[in-house]
Amino acid sequence: MTTTAVTKPLEPRSPQGNSLTSGQLPRLFELYALIGSLVVVGGAFMLMGFNLIGDGLVGWLVVTAIVYLIAVGVFASIVENRRRATDRVVRGIVIVAFLLAFIPLVSTLGTVVVRGIGALNWNFISQSTGSHFDPSTLVVTTTQGALQSIVGTLEVTGIAALMSVPIGLLTAIYLVEYARPTQWMARTVTLLVDVMTGIPSIVAGLFAFSLFTIIVGPKAFSGFSASVALSVLMIPIVVRSSEEMLKLVSSELREASYALGVTKFATITRIVLPTAVAGLVTGIMLAIARIIGETAPIFIAASFTNDLNTNPFNGPISTLAVGAYTLYKFPGTDIPASVNAAWGNALLLVILVVILNLIARIVARVFAPKGLR
Amino acid sequence: MSKRIEVNDLNVYYSDFLAVEGVSITIEPRTVTALIGPSGCGKSTFLRTLNRMHEVIPGGHVKGEVIIDGNDLYAPGVDPVLVRRQVGMVFQRANPFPTMSIADNVLAGVRLNNRRMSKSDGEELIEKSLKGANLWNEVKDRLSLPGSGLSGGQQQRLCIARAIAVSPDVLLMDEPCSALDPISTLAIEDLIEELKQEYTIVIVTHNMQQASRVSDKTAFFNIAGAGKPGKLIEYDDTTTMFSRPNVQATEDYVSGKFG
Repeated sequence: MTTTAVTKPLEPRSPQGNSLTSGQLPRLFELYALIGSLVVVGGAFMLMGFNLIGDGLVGWLVVTAIVYLIAVGVFASIVENRRRATDRVVRGIVIVAFLLAFIPLVSTLGTVVVRGIGALNWNFISQSTGSHFDPSTLVVTTTQGALQSIVGTLEVTGIAALMSVPIGLLTAIYLVEYARPTQWMARTVTLLVDVMTGIPSIVAGLFAFSLFTIIVGPKAFSGFSASVALSVLMIPIVVRSSEEMLKLVSSELREASYALGVTKFATITRIVLPTAVAGLVTGIMLAIARIIGETAPIFIAASFTNDLNTNPFNGPISTLAVGAYTLYKFPGTDIPASVNAAWGNALLLVILVVILNLIARIVARVFAPKGLR
Repeated sequence: MSKRIEVNDLNVYYSDFLAVEGVSITIEPRTVTALIGPSGCGKSTFLRTLNRMHEVIPGGHVKGEVIIDGNDLYAPGVDPVLVRRQVGMVFQRANPFPTMSIADNVLAGVRLNNRRMSKSDGEELIEKSLKGANLWNEVKDRLSLPGSGLSGGQQQRLCIARAIAVSPDVLLMDEPCSALDPISTLAIEDLIEELKQEYTIVIVTHNMQQASRVSDKTAFFNIAGAGKPGKLIEYDDTTTMFSRPNVQATEDYVSGKFG
């Protein structure tokens, strides 16, 4: 079994060449096995009358994966040894699992892009939804727009972030820099943050809605109310991620700073936070990306509207996620146009998240500790 | 500049655990004092009490007196921050601030203490401190580059430059050469010899040759067993300590019979 291509000894030590390379399958064995399984299973499926590109595609790929794993295991355990057989099979399983996880991601993104791209044009982005009454034909025509939702999303998410980031970051600083882990206060805060992480978003929405109903009175819909609901969801995420990032800052740096006679405050603001800034920004952006797509709490706390409402403290406000939901669930007279606009809203939301992520990466890169890149 | 340190019957605790017991020692100005002893005997802990750094670890506290220039560091109302501005420290592992350039690292102590400084004064201080740490010639062309890009020995000398930039009276060194190669170690030892002209230096070392090379006085710490407090066994001139110590344990340790 001397099949490796690299073996080219100047003086063959034995008739078989390098004895260390004997008993191995060819270097591209796994590729051959994959092609072989595809062909064999595909042939069998065609004989059974399945259409490989249409209905039979999923079954073909699934059975191919199973046949491939079995074939690799059997061949490798015959030719090689148990360890290598296990290695090849497990590696195959890992790749299959990766592909399985990858499919829904690509599929969702692809569907949103394909369906939403048709709705996107400059008018859709720059105008809010409006209706136009034609007196001669007595027909009301509705033009779909997303401006009210874009503005609403930025307002609601922005205010939520403005409230959550300071609270979350300061809590994390307290937990890491000031509290001792055994202290009851620190343990209570950690427990509450853990519990808050698990709050269903609808509960946060109900909380904010009832709170503002008590304060303002009935029909207390406002963007700010929605922001409060989102803060409830965002604060624990920010606390958790910031806490982990601050813990990663080596205590040696803190000691070095203290040993120079630097105060604790200056040590935290000038040494610890700058060192951790890249991770902090990433964590905050993930938290924003998590809440920007929330629908239920905003729907409850801010209701929805077709009109542009730039005042977050008064009246219903629309966001992209709520817009997508309401357009799909409660379409106007022109149902296809509404559904089309719903996909447009969804695509805009995805684009917004991507833009925010890019900004965060640039910010993190600019502030990251130098010399570690 | 440099000052005398007097320690009277100092007990060091971590929470309830007594780590070092009953240390009394007088360290003269402009000398190098080496602290030697087996691992875990409390010499680093003792060193850290000299600038109240051991309080950074939760539960760390002391009983006793540490008097520098007539002032007790542990008198009620003493701000540890002010103590640390007088007593600088260099750690075992070089720890330049990763977010800062070489120049900013040197000025870190001054800047972070919110002292305003003109640009020319800053440049002067950078040059003076880096020259003081024997690093100027190696880094003068790349002061704006990150400090973490230097070699281990250069980083350690950068940390020394950073420590002397705040012009302390005393310089504590906690095994400053244990992570360095012989050439870098030699550079630091030469530097200690020069710094002695201006500063009182206390150095913890595991390397007895190093203690005999750089120090004027040597203190030997030992521990009776695990969980027992470390104690100062003997304190004398380095030559005496390494040639004819008074205590048998010291002789066993310096001659390599244990530890």
